[in-house]
Amino acid sequence: MQALTTRSKVAVDKKMTLKERLYLPAIIGGMAITLKHFFMKKVTIQYPEQTREFAPVYRGQHVLKRDDNGAERCTACGLCAVACPAEAITMTAAERKKGEENLYREEKYASVYEINMLRCIFCGLCEEACPKEAIFLTDRKVDSEYQRGIFVYGKDKLVEKMDERVDVSKRQTKEVIEFKKHPEYAHNQLNKSLK
Amino acid sequence: MPKVTIDGIEIEVPEGTTILNAARMIGGKIVPPAMCYYSKLKQTGGFCRTCLVKVAAGSAKDPRPMPKLMVSCSTTVQDGMVVQNLTSPEVMEARKGVVEFLLINHPLDCPICDQAGECKLQDLGYEHGLDKSRYEFKRRTFEMVDIGDKIKLHMTRCILCYRCVRVADQLTNQRVHGVMNRGDVAEISTYIQNVMDKDFSGNVIDVCPVGALTDKTARFRNRIWYDKPMDAHRNCTKCNGKVILWLKGEEVIKVTARFDKNNEVESFICNECRFDHKKKEDWIIEKPTHVDRHSVIAQNHYENEKQLKMGHTHFEQLNPATPPKFDKNV
Repeated sequence: MQALTTRSKVAVDKKMTLKERLYLPAIIGGMAITLKHFFMKKVTIQYPEQTREFAPVYRGQHVLKRDDNGAERCTACGLCAVACPAEAITMTAAERKKGEENLYREEKYASVYEINMLRCIFCGLCEEACPKEAIFLTDRKVDSEYQRGIFVYGKDKLVEKMDERVDVSKRQTKEVIEFKKHPEYAHNQLNKSLK
Repeated sequence: MPKVTIDGIEIEVPEGTTILNAARMIGGKIVPPAMCYYSKLKQTGGFCRTCLVKVAAGSAKDPRPMPKLMVSCSTTVQDGMVVQNLTSPEVMEARKGVVEFLLINHPLDCPICDQAGECKLQDLGYEHGLDKSRYEFKRRTFEMVDIGDKIKLHMTRCILCYRCVRVADQLTNQRVHGVMNRGDVAEISTYIQNVMDKDFSGNVIDVCPVGALTDKTARFRNRIWYDKPMDAHRNCTKCNGKVILWLKGEEVIKVTARFDKNNEVESFICNECRFDHKKKEDWIIEKPTHVDRHSVIAQNHYENEKQLKMGHTHFEQLNPATPPKFDKNV
């Protein structure tokens, strides 16, 4: 059988030297390391008062985007659910009725869209699979709760509110934005100025 | 009996067999794709041009190659004919062009379309198509039409294969729909939104290679890869009652005919079986339908107990019953 690593050592039952048997040098050595850390830069931060800076591509709580007119982009195609390795996403599709054109962009929409935040591993594959630029992971954190049931986020928590839009423009590379200038993908444009 | 060689494989076929059918007798990857030809219906084929092949030698008597690529669904074989499909770069190039033409007016609304996952145009585009459309003009669009209360017609998605027209012609005793107009403006239509409620009219859904004709009773109910297809049957006086039930838990999402390896129905089923029995109790379930393992429908689809345990057996193969001896030097 081939060795998996070159770093493995064979355990040998050899006698200890006098220095090793005294134990004191080893203890003093250990204490010195501990003492050294008193004077080093602290890595912990005082969380609620201090916060770390997030990378713009941090993968936190999801958002279901609306388009520029405020209609939901998600069309319940199910590709995010099929891409999800944790099987955290479920949805039910419904047909758009006449007069709901301002609410949903396509003929089909998700009447129920749920993400189980306990199952989710925040890998971002749903974002990658989405053909409609509807789901994005954001730099927001999922709130902690006392009950497990609350972690199943429905559309009420996932769809962005009209008055507090979530900016995801920093999450997209130059290449993606360039790609979207093609008239074929016009519906995915971030804003109208790109047209 | 004439002998024909397709991509280097020789086969003896009955007189009058077409190249496509000869290839289907061999089976496997060398079978040219066909969007319009349907062996169970008469007068189909010759519309879509996806089954183009190169005839490198016409026959044993006259071994000259045919000057142009031939439509394999309507060219009969001759003794000593040599056909190239996958082995000819010319055919692959031509097929690429044909797919591009088929997709010119196709809306590519797969995320919405109920056919996505079992769509032949999707497969064809994936295999032969370009990544991007070169077409810059407006695609033709139509209003959606309800053909009766059970069938929905999305004319925008249609590739004009004429299969549904032949079904209506040959299976139902009175045809109420057909193709109107010509060329670029041709469309499948009923005479002034006539209801299609003849006994076997529901088969237009199964023969449609794209999502132009879809089952309204299953519209947007579930994406196909979340359904569990099961072979089932019931006693039916009109048809043989052998169907596939597409299940979501205890719910029957839709009922379709069974498909053979060429993706043609094994036998046409009646509208009563298709639309009116949407309860699991109405059917006798035989076994899970065989789904090709490369299909998206094979997601979470297990056909027997052995497959369910496959993860386990795989583990056993890697770790045989006798554990490997511990080697100190490693």
